[in-house]
Amino acid sequence: MSTAIAEIHETPAESGVNYLNVTYGIKSWLLTLDHKRIGLLYLGSITFMFFVGGMAAVLMRLHLVEPQGALFEPETYNKMFSTHGIIMVFFFLVPSIPATLGNFLIPLMIGARDVAFPKLNLMSWYIFITGAALALYATLSGGVDTGWTFYPPYSSLYSHTHVVAVALGVFVAGFSSILTGLNFIVTIHKMRAPGMTWFRLPLFIWSMYATSLIFVLGTPVIAITLFLLGMERILHVGIFDPSVGGDPLLFQHLFWFYSHPAVYIMILPGMGVVSELITAFSRKKIFGYAFVAFSSLAIAIISFIVWGHHMFVTGQSIYAGLVFSVLSFLVAIPSAVKVFNWTATLYKGSISYEAPMLYALGFVGLFTIGGLTGLFLASLATDVHLNGTYFIVAHFHYVMVGGAVMAYMGGLHFWWPKITGRLYPDLWARIAAAIIFIGFNLTFFPQFVLGYLGMPRRYAIYPAEFQVLNVMSSAGASILGIGYLIPLIYLIWSMRYGKPAGPNPWGAKGLEWTTQSPPLTQNFETIPIVTEDAYNYPPEVARV
Amino acid sequence: MSELATHGAHPQGFAHQFEDIEQQRDAGRLGMWVFLVTEILFFGGMFTAYTIYRALHLASFIQGSHQLEVKFGATNTAVLIFSSLTMALAIRSAQTGKKKGQIIFWLILTMILGALFLGLKLRFEWYHDYVDGIVPGVQWFYNGPYAPGVKMFMCFYFFMTGLHALHMVVGLGVLTVLVVMTARNRFSSEYYAPLEISGLYWHFVDIVWIFLFPLLYLIGGRY
Repeated sequence: MSTAIAEIHETPAESGVNYLNVTYGIKSWLLTLDHKRIGLLYLGSITFMFFVGGMAAVLMRLHLVEPQGALFEPETYNKMFSTHGIIMVFFFLVPSIPATLGNFLIPLMIGARDVAFPKLNLMSWYIFITGAALALYATLSGGVDTGWTFYPPYSSLYSHTHVVAVALGVFVAGFSSILTGLNFIVTIHKMRAPGMTWFRLPLFIWSMYATSLIFVLGTPVIAITLFLLGMERILHVGIFDPSVGGDPLLFQHLFWFYSHPAVYIMILPGMGVVSELITAFSRKKIFGYAFVAFSSLAIAIISFIVWGHHMFVTGQSIYAGLVFSVLSFLVAIPSAVKVFNWTATLYKGSISYEAPMLYALGFVGLFTIGGLTGLFLASLATDVHLNGTYFIVAHFHYVMVGGAVMAYMGGLHFWWPKITGRLYPDLWARIAAAIIFIGFNLTFFPQFVLGYLGMPRRYAIYPAEFQVLNVMSSAGASILGIGYLIPLIYLIWSMRYGKPAGPNPWGAKGLEWTTQSPPLTQNFETIPIVTEDAYNYPPEVARV
Repeated sequence: MSELATHGAHPQGFAHQFEDIEQQRDAGRLGMWVFLVTEILFFGGMFTAYTIYRALHLASFIQGSHQLEVKFGATNTAVLIFSSLTMALAIRSAQTGKKKGQIIFWLILTMILGALFLGLKLRFEWYHDYVDGIVPGVQWFYNGPYAPGVKMFMCFYFFMTGLHALHMVVGLGVLTVLVVMTARNRFSSEYYAPLEISGLYWHFVDIVWIFLFPLLYLIGGRY
């Protein structure tokens, strides 16, 4: 029980010095090498991007209240959904959990003083900011109308919008992901505390490891693809342009070789967070640790061989389509393993419903819906009907918002006391979680129906018979928007006025809870020695 | 718990987040290997596109390949392979605790060879291409057979060799830093990790060229 010993040592030593107040001033933040501060730098930047992207979404939904479109010209609407997609995918979801919670927690969870390469870590934040600034500049100076997928030849030859600036922004931000992934892989391999063997690692670490693998293997390919696209556009040379023998499908292959795994970049960290939350709030060891750990790796590996399911209707060979369809069904196996193991963990646990747990339970349900509807799309025949409709939109929002964002919110609430040393008002947090859950379902469930009925995505107008469902969706979006604003307010409030949290407000297991809140700059006074498995909750607490 | 880390009495080049110099060296080495993996994927996207278009437009790509001068490509291949040798000798000198003058000698020789590669490429290949008007998007007045396909081939030629040259330039920057570090006595037979991992990078850039040379210059059946 070394962790217990560490707790005794470190709690009284709480001298008031921590990573937040050890130095002051803007320079101490902008030049920090502390992984915790860098995590907070990311937190601030991606929260900003989240609300920018969210604003675009709200405007879109307002526009769609009327069948003829309530607000914009069709061109403006195209820019709106492109901005929403690009910002949310590349500048919020991809960095969300890894760059904030991952940066903050990985060294704490494995018992290290910092990540392996702190300077590289800070550099990757600056790279991210540069990319984000480029993308924002392009958005403000006229936007881009290609959708987040940048398909040529439209994007390279015909679009009159700021494709190059946005693509460059995404290209640059990609290197931030690559360096973060590299840093995490080396940190997890080489920086673990004595006794912290691979199978004692918290499952969050396993999921971050799998995510990092995708970062380093996938991101370079999108970078080179966007480079080729930019060159075609700037120099007017033919690469993807069919009129000179180029192949636009090649772009799609290269694009989805990254962008399908990127979906798992978004969801895998969420799965890791949920594994932590469910064990902590049911006071039970995870059911089937090794299965959950390896299912993360399995998802990461399979993610690289399923990209063709985005191209069933593009003229890809039917045999390739068949193979990609079968392979895509394989993803369901490790995903289901996780869902079943979380459910089994809940079984006979002493469950409590604090705000993070509400998000975790929301995740399990919504991810299950998102995952199962993915199977509809992996089947060739149904995909022909559903491709390009709102069904797709609903499906990936259930995975990315219902899954990834829910987990992100849950994780943020769970570790907030560790990050800031303060508690937030739990009642408000529960209310916000409920509002988000209701708003989310009201927004996106009608879109499944709309898509099934055949309403195509990415159109500024729609037939009048779809209005009721669209109004429902828009109403849900405003509820969802309010749901996201409430945590912004009380979390900021709690930084100053929240009650002191103490080292371990949830009574959770894990090295990060053995050190003071907020932690010291060097994380631990002495590097802990680990002698027990993860989630070693005392058996008497688990109700029989 | 490392006494070294907390009390500052650590060997040169030791970073505080590590337990000992061994861990630091392992981390650096693994980090560079992971980085090289990302580089392989980075070039890999381009190689994939090249391979597919070559299969689609074989005759044009062969015609495009004939625009290149094998003798310069071959010379540059030899130059790069030799520079890998001198890089390895620089690391070997540090490893066996030779004087810093010897390490610097091999490093600077490596730099000269790298610069020679870039010079040959720029003066005798890219510049001539420019004069001959076979630089797509910049200067193009090729009017031989298979013009659209040749243009695409030349695009890939410039992207691939350009990206490779960019990596060479970065490598020369890294070597400059290494020379300064060596001159300041930062390395010993115990600690020469920066030399070692920079060497990995340098060899990687060479290997990329080893693939580029046959792909761009040789295959196509003209000899």
